[in-house]
Amino acid sequence: MASATLTDSRWIARGEERTSLSRFLLWLAPWTVLLALGVYAAGLCLYFGLNQTNLDNRFAFGLWIFLDLGVIALGAGAFFTGFLVYILKRAELRPILNTAVVVGFICYSGAVGILGIDVGQPLRFWFTFWHPNTHSMLTEVTFCITCYLLVLCLEYIPILLRNRQLRKVPSMLVFEHQLHKLVPVLAGVGTLLSFFHQGSLGGLYGVLRGRPFAFRQGLFIWPSTFFLFILSAIATGPSFLMLVTATVEKVTGRRLVPQEVFRRLAFISGVLLAIYVAAKSIDTLIWLNVTSPSVGFAPWQYYMYKPFGTPILFVEIVLLGLVPAFLLTYRKTAMRRGWLLTAAGLACAGVLLNRFVLTVQTLAVPTLPFDEFLQYAPSWQEVASFGGVTAYGVIVYSLSYRYLPMFASPKGENTHVSGD
Amino acid sequence: MSARYGMVIDLDRCTGCGSCMMACASENNVPPLPQATARTGLTPMLVRKASNGMDGAARREVFIPIMCMHCEHDTPCVKVCPQQAVEVDKATGIVMQMPQRCLGCRYCMTACPYHARYFNWWDPAWPAGMEKSLNPGVAARMRGVVEKCNMCHARLHSAKEKAAAAGKREIDPADYVPACVEACPTGAIRFGNLADPNDAASQESRSPEAFRLLARIGTEPKVYYKSKEAWVRALAESKSGSGSETKRSEVQHG
Repeated sequence: MASATLTDSRWIARGEERTSLSRFLLWLAPWTVLLALGVYAAGLCLYFGLNQTNLDNRFAFGLWIFLDLGVIALGAGAFFTGFLVYILKRAELRPILNTAVVVGFICYSGAVGILGIDVGQPLRFWFTFWHPNTHSMLTEVTFCITCYLLVLCLEYIPILLRNRQLRKVPSMLVFEHQLHKLVPVLAGVGTLLSFFHQGSLGGLYGVLRGRPFAFRQGLFIWPSTFFLFILSAIATGPSFLMLVTATVEKVTGRRLVPQEVFRRLAFISGVLLAIYVAAKSIDTLIWLNVTSPSVGFAPWQYYMYKPFGTPILFVEIVLLGLVPAFLLTYRKTAMRRGWLLTAAGLACAGVLLNRFVLTVQTLAVPTLPFDEFLQYAPSWQEVASFGGVTAYGVIVYSLSYRYLPMFASPKGENTHVSGD
Repeated sequence: MSARYGMVIDLDRCTGCGSCMMACASENNVPPLPQATARTGLTPMLVRKASNGMDGAARREVFIPIMCMHCEHDTPCVKVCPQQAVEVDKATGIVMQMPQRCLGCRYCMTACPYHARYFNWWDPAWPAGMEKSLNPGVAARMRGVVEKCNMCHARLHSAKEKAAAAGKREIDPADYVPACVEACPTGAIRFGNLADPNDAASQESRSPEAFRLLARIGTEPKVYYKSKEAWVRALAESKSGSGSETKRSEVQHG
């Protein structure tokens, strides 16, 4: 009797098969526990202050900033797919568009949530809008990320309103229809905003004159890291989308998007990654031979501390850059799903390593002549907060997959609601 | 007339006693924070130690007081603060921190090459009765904001008030002396207007024995150091971390 009442089939798109509600709830249970632990840890940090973390005066940035940079780079698939579909008219990528929006929304909202814990006075977040320092890269990041999160919300709402029950409400249907007309405009706005905040995230480090490990020259007011961050984000965003979609296909046991979409994403990702690797290599050579020596720092100094030796450069540029770029673009490997996903994983790992190096190695390497190499390990509250954001992402995606049309046909029709 | 307040610290005279640290903490209502570590405490003035890396009789050590260097050019912390909580006072050249506007993002701490900025990891608290000894001219900073040396700005205010009361536009230099300068028992710290060629600090800053830390970064710090020892002066140009085995630093707790 109980199982008869425990159903949510009314909310699932007609014609779609989903696992039973009880199994779905069982799947959500561990993630909910992790989310609760994350919320508890975040609560400790907000109530007692950042003394709950292992951050300190020397390691002022840590796990959270690394994660923010990482997820925002991986979430770039959202704006870039929108750009490809609506601006460059690559309609063949339409099946992946909704999932790109949801992944982007999760990444950005998660990053903003973590930032809310990471600052010492979160209630003063509006000061940046009220007293903006237009010379600060962080101001640009704050403005653009906030605006882009709003854009992602506006892009997510039409997907949300396509839920089977919500579609029965006429006003919702009209609202969704009207909002849907705005989506191409939102894609354009999102592209512009993302271009700037992805770049400014790189600029955050590139402008640090006092940190020769991170400091870079560039064009006009923008250090080279500004452009490298944009390139690396748009190169790995599509790879992350492939990974997410492939994981969902594995978990659900269903083929959700045509293989052609994967191959197209892989090619785009691979070509951009190759361009990024070339640009990154040139930038590294200029930095090692010109920029750093000009401020009195010999390049070898940065790589004399374990585990940040020169192999880390090789791993970042070759193993997690050049190799996946080749695998993603070479026809024989791109045709094989296993190679494709391996390459996508390597590319994503590469962008994460790049963000890790810029966040952690920048602070660990000494600047003063009598300083020492510093170490930092995050506290359980920092790790749990990250776990909470991961769990939040899985839960939002799972709910979206179950109740919303996440994968549309190339023609723009939503396969999941076709029977509606 | 605008000033460029700065300091010249004679490292040959510094004994590492920590009086400057204590005076700074007392003047600026820095809470004791017994729970803090060397990396989470509040030490707007911090005496550090460096050596020539030799052993035995050849070993030489020097104490180096580190505080905000009040960088003049392309000031790293000013440039990065997203909400203008840091600024260079054009009238004095002092880099000012406004805790009331600080978001606590700590980007300025990341930007500072001298590690001279400190975050308030805890609520300020003093042992019972000790609050009676607080300086009424300085507001305690709340948890979650960054602070640093402001060259005892409260003393500058007092000097200005005194000058105004006497009908003067300019302060008497003798009325504005930061606490660390006043407290140093060996007179190792000289404070003054670097823009005034007749000022003693200004003259010392131009001495061949004077140098600035990380000068090649190009931020034009207004805190100078001075030493007759060539190996000490070499610290300014020394390659960062060159032989962490040979140049060990230790934090001196005042």
